[in-house]
Amino acid sequence: MGSIFDILGPVMVGPSSSHTAGAARIGMIARQLYGRQPKKATVYLHGSFAATGKGHGTDRALIAGLLGMKPDDMRIPESFEIAKEEGMDFTIEAKDIREAHPNTAQIIMEADGVNTMMIQAHSIGGGRIRVCKLDGIDVSFSGESNTLIIRNEDAPGRIKEVAAALSDAQINIATMQVFRDKRGGIAVMVVETDQIVPGEVMDNLQSKDGIIRVKFLLAN
Amino acid sequence: MSYQSMEEAQIRCEKEGIEFWKAIQLEDADERNVTEEDSWKEMKHMWKAMQEGLDVYDPELMSRSRMVGKEGGMMDAYRKKGDTLCGDFMAKVISNALKMGCNNACMKRIVAAPTAGACGVMPAVLVTYYREYDIPEEKMIEALYVAAGVGQIIANRAYLAGASGGCQAEVGSGSGMAAAAICHVKGGSAAQIGHACAMALKNLMGLVCDPVGGLVEVPCVKRNVGGAFNAIAAADMSLAGIESQIPVDQVIDAMKEVGDKMDVSLRETGIGGVAGSPKAAEVMAGL
Repeated sequence: MGSIFDILGPVMVGPSSSHTAGAARIGMIARQLYGRQPKKATVYLHGSFAATGKGHGTDRALIAGLLGMKPDDMRIPESFEIAKEEGMDFTIEAKDIREAHPNTAQIIMEADGVNTMMIQAHSIGGGRIRVCKLDGIDVSFSGESNTLIIRNEDAPGRIKEVAAALSDAQINIATMQVFRDKRGGIAVMVVETDQIVPGEVMDNLQSKDGIIRVKFLLAN
Repeated sequence: MSYQSMEEAQIRCEKEGIEFWKAIQLEDADERNVTEEDSWKEMKHMWKAMQEGLDVYDPELMSRSRMVGKEGGMMDAYRKKGDTLCGDFMAKVISNALKMGCNNACMKRIVAAPTAGACGVMPAVLVTYYREYDIPEEKMIEALYVAAGVGQIIANRAYLAGASGGCQAEVGSGSGMAAAAICHVKGGSAAQIGHACAMALKNLMGLVCDPVGGLVEVPCVKRNVGGAFNAIAAADMSLAGIESQIPVDQVIDAMKEVGDKMDVSLRETGIGGVAGSPKAAEVMAGL
């Protein structure tokens, strides 16, 4: 649950909190999860995002977010032109995604020398969002709290190791969710923390056996 | 954990002998681990942003579709002739609601309250009253806490997005929040705040989200006027001692039920309602 300033607020560029501000936020969080500006972004819009996205500037807001703009950035209406200047290629298409929330976007990000990443997220109103898929694995987080995202091999003891590393660093876990694609396959831990997870703790986690990738999103 | 019901917040007020706004502020400070002063500063920033958002209105600007933009200026000009049906204050409420709605459609910076589509309701009620009656700023910031707290409870029990629950969730919720807020400004109790909110929500229950061409312009801009007027009427009824026969939490739950039953064509898809009218098709063909 978000704070009262998600209800009164955000201060944002119009015209729609769910379709403009929420879309910008989805783009922004996708960029943070990818850890860089993509060289190429393939964006799919579902439901109301597909039906009314153009008139709400959903397309421009998503691209603005991928360029690192926040929902109150007055340059959102010009994001397509800015993407061109910065050399970020993108395509935007409508797509029916089964059982998805009406305001859903799917973004595939590519860059030189790094793996492609796919995220699916939806906008729930008032500028708030939830990420619901990460590279094909169901997840659920908002980015409103400090969030640690760990991709690991699905094997016994991984969760204990992560919990111990955080506990040793005096970091309190607010919520923790675990997901996996299949038994013994790839798992994702989404850990919301009360404190910021410092670089050395991230390095420590990254060095552990069976941990594939570690990513930290600062609350925003 | 934020309040899950108005009742929960009202019980706390009674138990601790505090006002409704204070119960919201204490919860915010606790939830986000900030001081009461920091929370207050942030709310004051919202209050400033709301006023600035209103003041940048330009009657010459039109939205990209050219459907809206000049209405705020037209209403102002009419009001200044001094012969309105609803009186000077309410005419100002109308023009301020229109101005914010137009600003939003023209991609200006606004404060979502609770959403961008409904961003005109709160400032139309609160900023207009503040300027008309020279109210201390502190009182208005308290009122924003009341509104935000009410909105959060609606979000917890129902929803705030037109795509999920229709316009009742947007302008309806904004109206419920504004009714509660202005009721506080006029000295209403926690119970009266609840009744004001309940009556405002009930009056707009079932309101569909039917934007022409999917744009937040028609009928959204003028619907903000409806939300603002309704908020003031509901607050005045509550201050007169009139009570909602259905408790506010149950009204919110009913709103959720109505939203769940609402056809998808009436939930921000730009298909049903006035969006499905022949004139809307004509307008869209011309874009």
